[in-house]
Amino acid sequence: MTATQVNPTRMELSRLKKKLTTARRGHKLLKDKRDELMRQFLELVRENQMLRQKVEKGIAKANLDFALAAAVMNDAAVKTALLAPKQSVSATVTSKNIMSVDVPSFQYQTRTVDSSDIFSYGFVDTSVDLDTAVASLSAVFPDMLKLAETEKSCTLLASEIEKTRRRVNALEHVLIPEYTEKIRYISMKLDENERSTQIRLLKVKDMMLETQRKK
Amino acid sequence: MSKTYKIAAVGDRDSVYGFAALGLDTYFIGNGNDATACIQRLAKEKTAVIYLTEPLAEAIPEVLEKYREKATPAIIPIPSVSGSTGYGRRVIQEAMIKAVGTDLTK
Repeated sequence: MTATQVNPTRMELSRLKKKLTTARRGHKLLKDKRDELMRQFLELVRENQMLRQKVEKGIAKANLDFALAAAVMNDAAVKTALLAPKQSVSATVTSKNIMSVDVPSFQYQTRTVDSSDIFSYGFVDTSVDLDTAVASLSAVFPDMLKLAETEKSCTLLASEIEKTRRRVNALEHVLIPEYTEKIRYISMKLDENERSTQIRLLKVKDMMLETQRKK
Repeated sequence: MSKTYKIAAVGDRDSVYGFAALGLDTYFIGNGNDATACIQRLAKEKTAVIYLTEPLAEAIPEVLEKYREKATPAIIPIPSVSGSTGYGRRVIQEAMIKAVGTDLTK
């Protein structure tokens, strides 16, 4: 592991020790971040699934209603009825911050004040089935918008979780072991140096005593 | 920092014409190439949400991938007249596998 060159000096040792504590702290923080992201993510996914089920059911029902309307009226009449929409929606996007991930949040406004003002045709020459169809579609619309919001949040959070997980793993399995290994190497080297100085001194002392005795 | 964005529905005529009544911008599109062009144009024109029918979404995964990391537009697959293909569900499952490593939705 000590393939990379390190200087076995005290300065290097204290530098590495500082780096190691930072890495440990970063690792702990990132791990916490990952766990919290995961919790939020799972909550969103659950909500998303519920909404999707609702929306899919709602759209299926609306489609059925439209099919019914198209069966009663002729196709051209249905087309003309919906040709000039009276209502128009626009969305406002605000962003919400979930654990430093910016997720969008959509609010919608309708052009006319009454949001149920959706029938763009006179009731005289259209069938009642078209009214139900349009009404059932407008009923699922709030859920559809909510679905868009949660789905977007989910995908954004997912990529953030992936990034965080990679960072945590890199710290845990690469950086921290590398630092501990280097620190071990340096402290062993320093100990070794110390011992060899000690021995050298002892030897010198012995030699000095020897020469003194000979005199 | 909020702005007004559009909401659009893109798909074959039978699947999306109803949304016009709600005031969504509807685009009748039959194949993947046209859908790609349409989505790119909509993304430039400040569209917050694009509801795309599942068959079309399945035809152009690389375009959806491109907009996945961006805040807008959110491209949301919806079932077409022929019913749900389960694609929308799969998108979330893939995100889950990417994030957690396994699919916990079961």
